Amino acid sequence: MTARPQDAPVLEIRGICKTFPGVRALDEVSFNVGKGEVHAIVGENGAGKSTLMKVLAGLHAPDGGKLVYNGQEQSFTSPLDARLKGILLVHQELSLSPELSVAENIYLGAWPTNRVGVLRKKKLHEDARAALQALGSDINPMTRVGELSIARQQMVEIARAQAFNANVVIFDEPTASLADTEKAQLFKTILELKERGRSILYISHKMDEIFAITDRITVLRDGKYQGTETTAETDIDKITRMMIGRDLDAYFHRAKSAPGAEVLRVEKMCSSDFSDVSLSVHAGEVLGLYGLIGAGRSEVAESLFGMRQIRSGTLYWHGEETPFPKPRQAIEMGISLVPESRKEQGLVLGMNGRENTTLPHLSAYAQAGVMVHSREMQTYREYVDLLDIRTSGPDQLVATLSGGNQQKFVLAKWLCGHPKLIILDEPTRGIDIGSKSAIHKFIAGLAEQGLAVIVISSEMPEILGVSHRVAVMSEGKIVAEFTGADQTEENLIAAVSERRNVEAPEEGSAERPPVDARAVMGGQG
Amino acid sequence: MDRSSAVIALVRRHGLIVAFLIFIVLVSANSPTFLTVGNFLDVIRQTSITGMIALGVTFVVITGRFDLSVGSMLTLLTVVVVDQHNAVGPGLALLFVLVGGMVLGAVNGLLIGFIGLNALIVTLAMLSFLQGLTLLYSGGANVNIADAQSWFALFGRGTVYNIPVPVLIFLASAAAASFLLRKTIFGRTVYAVGGNEVATRFSGINSRWTIFLAYVLSGLATAGAAIIMGSRVMGAQNTIGQGYELTVLAGVVLGGTSLIGGSGSIWRTVLGIIMLGFIQNGLLLLGYPYYVQWLVTWFVIIAAVWIDLGAKRGRLFA
Ligand SMILES: Nc1ncnc2c1ncn2[C@@H]1O[C@H](COP(=O)(O)OP(=O)(O)OP(=O)(O)O)[C@@H](O)[C@H]1O
Ligand SMILES: [Mg+2]
Repeated sequence: MTARPQDAPVLEIRGICKTFPGVRALDEVSFNVGKGEVHAIVGENGAGKSTLMKVLAGLHAPDGGKLVYNGQEQSFTSPLDARLKGILLVHQELSLSPELSVAENIYLGAWPTNRVGVLRKKKLHEDARAALQALGSDINPMTRVGELSIARQQMVEIARAQAFNANVVIFDEPTASLADTEKAQLFKTILELKERGRSILYISHKMDEIFAITDRITVLRDGKYQGTETTAETDIDKITRMMIGRDLDAYFHRAKSAPGAEVLRVEKMCSSDFSDVSLSVHAGEVLGLYGLIGAGRSEVAESLFGMRQIRSGTLYWHGEETPFPKPRQAIEMGISLVPESRKEQGLVLGMNGRENTTLPHLSAYAQAGVMVHSREMQTYREYVDLLDIRTSGPDQLVATLSGGNQQKFVLAKWLCGHPKLIILDEPTRGIDIGSKSAIHKFIAGLAEQGLAVIVISSEMPEILGVSHRVAVMSEGKIVAEFTGADQTEENLIAAVSERRNVEAPEEGSAERPPVDARAVMGGQG
Repeated sequence: MDRSSAVIALVRRHGLIVAFLIFIVLVSANSPTFLTVGNFLDVIRQTSITGMIALGVTFVVITGRFDLSVGSMLTLLTVVVVDQHNAVGPGLALLFVLVGGMVLGAVNGLLIGFIGLNALIVTLAMLSFLQGLTLLYSGGANVNIADAQSWFALFGRGTVYNIPVPVLIFLASAAAASFLLRKTIFGRTVYAVGGNEVATRFSGINSRWTIFLAYVLSGLATAGAAIIMGSRVMGAQNTIGQGYELTVLAGVVLGGTSLIGGSGSIWRTVLGIIMLGFIQNGLLLLGYPYYVQWLVTWFVIIAAVWIDLGAKRGRLFA
């Protein structure tokens, strides 16, 4: 991969500052983005990456500094303004309107109209279809966005880049919820955009992706610019040191405990989303649940926690047959579920971290129905320290926390009740590499204390690294289970593709680092 | 975009209060009685009825829902308390009305919380239903309390150290409601349900119960208001509570409680209701007829909802 000449920058970022109440999110950040360059922005959770991108895309006005775009100083008054001028942000959290159609979303704010202002539906649909096709996507522009999977919704966001002929496209953690094939498609799209001379800003916590597709890497730390490196001339260790200011003890931590007594077993559990699922998990054991996105893993997890209707099946809790619980009963039995989507299922965004943390266990923090503030604060402080959560104080609403720090509050919320079984659905989504290995260590620690743990992840290295045993799901069924020496990447890929008849991506491609690289990259999966 | 949303946020937090203070200055420049202790107590006394109802409605609004049935519920309960006062005496009449308010609230709560029907429709239908029920109960006649010396008069007309009893009831209820909302498990779940119902259910909280109880409280608060109303008038007409649902809503949103749910507080509601009371009182003192207050209600609701939405999407215009 060649670094592009830096003498013709498309975008010059000069001394940008942005302060929120209690935090200096960006402190004099300056760097250039070249034409036809894929430029990574990396940094810990809360480093200011998303904030910087929002400034570039016209969502936030900077407090200081300036943007020079195509040689001219610019200030964008709104996202639409920025988009019309050629800068487009694909959000970390998807931002489409679920009630509108795909085409309407792509052209949101710039719908084609005739002279009297009537929407030209046909043109809208044709244009949208063209934009989608250029990306190799077969999504019907007339579909309601709410009916699409997350990956497909993201495709719609990317189609905006195509539709607005964007010069600079910003991706904020685009792969967090993509399946491998979709990821490959995304990278292809990015490289195509690059070939056409577009500039791409790419935020991710996944180092393998960054080293696979970017030309240069800019590092932020605590809102400050740390430097820009040419990807081909640097390595992960150096970037990590710039990010977190120390070396990373980046190996997976697998619990050293031997599995004890059985905690949970289900037999032939069926619902509308999966069938005949049988699995068991023991105290001190980490069970990995691997599968492609859409395989039914989250549905299984939610069913065990009582959020979904079960058709048939038997559940044994500590060896005793027990009816499938409701969420409240599940919590009381000692089952925790860290759900898949932090914004929809995990957090009440309008509440602060303390209130979110104690929400599932209110009666433990109350006396005769009255909340005991000091008890809540104690737990809040304990978990903020334990998980290294960056907030400006206990009153900061989780809505204004960075994505990774939000995720940590979801973890805090489900750990502070001291569960016996914890189900973690994509627990490290959006979490930086430093914290990620901390969380893996933490998971191992939980198992060593005797908890039963189920980890769902689409990241193969993560699953292989933390689990004692891996069950593979495909199309609503458990298709294989591996332990010990059988627990290998090849076996998991084979198990998944056997049923799906999908070609496994070739070894060493961006989304599956080769085995030896995994040891080096450790924590980031 | 960011700057304009900061301005909107500022307007949302303080703008209405600033506008209100300007209004106060204007009115007091034109009416010597406006800024007197007597007038002040008068306003607070008048607002105690809307205020009582608003306390309950605040719970409902924070869950992200509406209660438009409180106006005709007020009518029915006032008619009942007065009529039962004559029939079974003041003590039992009070009991009937308090239980009745909770039952009516519970019906709303069942339909909305447990069956999941749309709150706007359910409470609007309840409004109509209770209008009919009132007429059915009273046969269309106005009722008056026969025994003018009844201790029942205390609630609407009494004073303690020159402070009107309804004001004391209102403030004590507000303190209790505030405690319930801010300090208890139930209060926490009210905010959670309004903020994100899905995440609340994922936290093992039965959001149905929370919604149900919010409506029960709304009914209970309305019963409290009916007692004050019946006691103040010592009688009841079949239209006595007409329009209260929107006045109450105007007070709640004027205080800054968001109709989107998930945020707001009792003190905001108290502030909003009192501000609204002063606006109406000021207009009367300036010589406008009483029905101008309906125009004010319109203005307040539109402004508050608009600013709320503006703050959420970062700009005032679509
Ligand atoms: N609207 C806001 N109000 C207050 N603080 C905010 C707001 N938006 C962001 N912040 C704060 O600014 C800091 C930077 O946040 P930002 O979202 O840019 O981090 P990030 O680098 O994208 O992190 P992540 O990797 O977790 O997504 C954080 O401390 C965050 O809490
Ligand atoms: Mg971010």
